[in-house]
Amino acid sequence: MELIVFSLQSIVDSAVNVLPIAVFLFVFQRLVIGGVFPNWKPIMAGFLFVVVGLGLFLLGLEQTLFPLGRLMAQQLTNPDFLLLSVERGASALVWQDYYWVYLFALALGFSTALAEPALIAVAMKANMVSGGTIGMWGLRLAVAIGAGVGVSLGCFRIITGLPLHYFIAVGYLLVIVQTAMAPKHIVPLAFDSGGVTTSTVTVPLVTALGLGLAEAVSGRSPLLDGFGLVAFAALFPIISVLAYAQLVVLRERASTPV
Amino acid sequence: MKNSLLALSKDGLDSIRNLLPIIVVISFFQLFVFRQPVLGLISIAIGGCLVVAGLAFFIFGLRLALFPIGEGLAHSLAKKGNVFWLVAFAFALGFGTTFAEPALIAIAAEAAEVAAGAEAIAPTLESRDIYARNLRLTVAVAVGVALVVGVIRILADWSLPLLIICGYVLVILLTTIAPKEIVGIAYDSGGVTTSTVTVPLVAALGVGLASSLKGRNPMTDGFGLIAFASLIPILFVLAYGIVVEWN
Repeated sequence: MELIVFSLQSIVDSAVNVLPIAVFLFVFQRLVIGGVFPNWKPIMAGFLFVVVGLGLFLLGLEQTLFPLGRLMAQQLTNPDFLLLSVERGASALVWQDYYWVYLFALALGFSTALAEPALIAVAMKANMVSGGTIGMWGLRLAVAIGAGVGVSLGCFRIITGLPLHYFIAVGYLLVIVQTAMAPKHIVPLAFDSGGVTTSTVTVPLVTALGLGLAEAVSGRSPLLDGFGLVAFAALFPIISVLAYAQLVVLRERASTPV
Repeated sequence: MKNSLLALSKDGLDSIRNLLPIIVVISFFQLFVFRQPVLGLISIAIGGCLVVAGLAFFIFGLRLALFPIGEGLAHSLAKKGNVFWLVAFAFALGFGTTFAEPALIAIAAEAAEVAAGAEAIAPTLESRDIYARNLRLTVAVAVGVALVVGVIRILADWSLPLLIICGYVLVILLTTIAPKEIVGIAYDSGGVTTSTVTVPLVAALGVGLASSLKGRNPMTDGFGLIAFASLIPILFVLAYGIVVEWN
């Protein structure tokens, strides 16, 4: 019973978020383009599915995944947990002692990117536009690997306290070099995949991990160091997608006889 | 009807596959790292079913509504040949969807707290609200501008890598003069703006536009709008931080 009430509440919330966009699109069509959308009936049905789907999706995330993820982020960054495996005192913790955090960050970034609806949407579009040469899973796996590595490296930055913009600057330098070398058709998609990764599923969990870590590591302030993990999750997919495209080209070159 | 049901159940199966990695990760850490049983297995199972069903419904609806609308509008606007309406549409879509974005509202409130903590603004509730509101406005305008720049790029055939790289060079330069406490928030705001409903619309808009213009390739010209939507908010928020500090 409670579940039904929560579900309805969540669907109403998502309707409140989606409705203004839908109204804007319909009004724009009516006033500027003129007339209604061709086959507006399936479009209305589609909007209904989007609203209900988004409502249930968010409710499910909030009920299970987010509390579990937050709890795990807290447990992992808790000094008591770290000291179980380390013989030294809390003040002598060095960055290597946080290996579970790095592994968790890697796995978290990877798996949440694969579940991200916005990324699925872009992969669907890329698959259609490329006539199937860009596979749904190929692109998403490349993005997910990038997101995992990014979040993991972001945790390393929080633990060591190195400045955020060093990493970002080096990352974009790498992107510039890769852009010059990668096949042209993949570049726009690679740039897009950065922003797409960090959405509904990834942002709350990754932010929780960052804030938890910044609170637990001595000498870090959650206010100054807690932010910035999302930026890593948005930067590294660009690098990994460009690298994936380069690998495909290299492999093709190696398999074609000269 | 039968075909729709078939498509929906296929989306359901796909959702299970898409969510499997998260389930594996969480189970692994609970069982092998924390060595704790997960409490409330039933409610977690129910929540998991909701996530799977929700994702399947969303993807199904996306194909029915968001993709056709984005592409349909792009085709109609391109056929009309009226650049003003195209630009106005892009700005309104970016601004409107971002200003109402729940993730942005949350991050703006946290950012106001950071600013108050760093004594960049007065520590009153009112000045915090104003700061958070202005920050949201800044990001929303930035995303609107980003989509306009992205659409004009497709029309004028500018080089995407060049624009993006110049943008990030500018980001690095602004970082060096921006107040320290805004940097992390600025970098994060780029990622936060691209919401689940906006992304499919924007992707369809770009691809639709590129495929209805002569001499454009949807693959090389259609993508890239989201890239601007993640870059330009960083610039605007850094600039916002600098302006607030100067006042």
